[in-house]
Amino acid sequence: MSDAMMTLLIILGQSLLVVGFVMVSLLFLVYGDRKIWAAVQMRRGPNVVGAFGLLQTVADALKYVVKEIVIPAGADRAVFLLAPLLSFVLAVMAWAVIPFNDTWVLADINVAILFVFAVSSLEVYGVIMGGWASNSKYPFLGSLRSAAQMISYEVSLGLIIIGIIIATGSMNFGAIVAAQDGGAGFFSWYWLPMFPMVFLFFISALAETNRPPFDLPEAESELVAGYQVEYSSTPFLLFMAGEYIAIFLMCALMSLLFFGGWLSPFAFGSLGDIPLLGDGPHWMVLKMAFFFFLFAMVKAVVPRYRYDQLMRIGWKVFLPFSLAWVVFVAFAAQFGWFWGTYARWAVGG
Amino acid sequence: MGVADFAFYAFALCTLIGGLFTVVSKNPVHSVLWLILAFMSSAGLFVLLGAEFVAMLLIIVYVGAVAVLFLFVVMMLDVEFAELRAEMSRYLPLGALIGLVIVAQLGVAFGAWGYSEGFEGRLQHEISNVENTAALGQILYDDYILVFQLSGLILLVAMIGAIVLTLRHRTDIKRQNVLAQMYRDPAKAMELKDVKPGQGL
Repeated sequence: MSDAMMTLLIILGQSLLVVGFVMVSLLFLVYGDRKIWAAVQMRRGPNVVGAFGLLQTVADALKYVVKEIVIPAGADRAVFLLAPLLSFVLAVMAWAVIPFNDTWVLADINVAILFVFAVSSLEVYGVIMGGWASNSKYPFLGSLRSAAQMISYEVSLGLIIIGIIIATGSMNFGAIVAAQDGGAGFFSWYWLPMFPMVFLFFISALAETNRPPFDLPEAESELVAGYQVEYSSTPFLLFMAGEYIAIFLMCALMSLLFFGGWLSPFAFGSLGDIPLLGDGPHWMVLKMAFFFFLFAMVKAVVPRYRYDQLMRIGWKVFLPFSLAWVVFVAFAAQFGWFWGTYARWAVGG
Repeated sequence: MGVADFAFYAFALCTLIGGLFTVVSKNPVHSVLWLILAFMSSAGLFVLLGAEFVAMLLIIVYVGAVAVLFLFVVMMLDVEFAELRAEMSRYLPLGALIGLVIVAQLGVAFGAWGYSEGFEGRLQHEISNVENTAALGQILYDDYILVFQLSGLILLVAMIGAIVLTLRHRTDIKRQNVLAQMYRDPAKAMELKDVKPGQGL
């Protein structure tokens, strides 16, 4: 076997490993989402298939796959089927650059953050194409709403990320996490110096992934289900899976950018030498699970926004605030304010 | 053939196919989608050249913003496809002529182009030993900061001009007053009445 074939096979194996992790966690994330939601509303949630209903998602996925694919007569067949595929593939694609531990990453590229940002800016295409190809009014209106919403919140997400890039001096996730390794454990992570931005990022991530309270593209009381109205069986499953994988990606970004990724919160002195209390991939997974819990809680307790309120908060509140924050971080990094908290490129980059 | 060669041929082929079908496909929405394929594959070609920052910018700016705008405009248009095809055969000779001129110009330019004597001494930074994001940053923000900021100002003026030209404030419609809504007080907005049976309010 030639070297090139070997390289290709190794890359393929590693990719399958990451996709496998994402898919398996997807099964339990959907279950967890429904269970948390049910607990808040004092219901039981899924509890029939498997122990505690753990296999409910598997059963649901199987049901979707074996159902008939209905394609509307006036639909543009190729684009109609391409849209869910695209949104699923793009959601999985971003995981190529997400590290789970030091050097545990599929593609260790210099512009990793830009890559994630570029891929998540493409996710809007799945929605637009699905809405247009359905050739019907509700999906089209839903997709227009969704496109405007996703583009608006990308701007503030990008500006928040620029603040992190300025403080680190690198766009590589490894460098960003290394810059948060300050010897004070929990308190040396970026959430403390970037405190207001943690909330802005979380809320923008909710809007970017069309999660409640910003799930206006599929607002069932106004648009039936937005761009998903005409979809059934496997294409619908792909849309849903893509949506959940994008949410999980946002959880990974939260923990990498603001909460130290795989760094242990207890890294004070010799405490980090105790097994499981030191740095490791389990912290990354735990942090991601915690942020997903927050996403699920927000879905359960916050009522849906009105569309003009959503646009107003995006353009008139988040954008100026995050822009001012970029200016502040740039000054703080240049002049070494706050004991160099905002200028960590000596450590990380 | 190495992995990089294979990737190059795949991306190059996709770029060419995307470009071709952008021109020949009958449905304008399909044209935009093919154009996006061409953008994406040329981003892949940039990555193979080692220009990863430019590749990501190409995707974010062109695919993530410009092409979305195209798609919006084209989706909103109510076009007669038959009419469009008739026009295409009418304008084909002119289009071919323009294409020929551009190809000829490119051929002349690239045929005669080369580095001038001693260009390496005139470069202000060693470009080989920094990653290309840092190299671009040094050129834009250190060497040519004035020119860069001036071009930014020109863009700002253009943006304000476009907003001023298109902004019109309609007075004959109902608007949401968000501040008034936020300062609404449940004690004032709601009144609890004790309704006796059989009496009504």
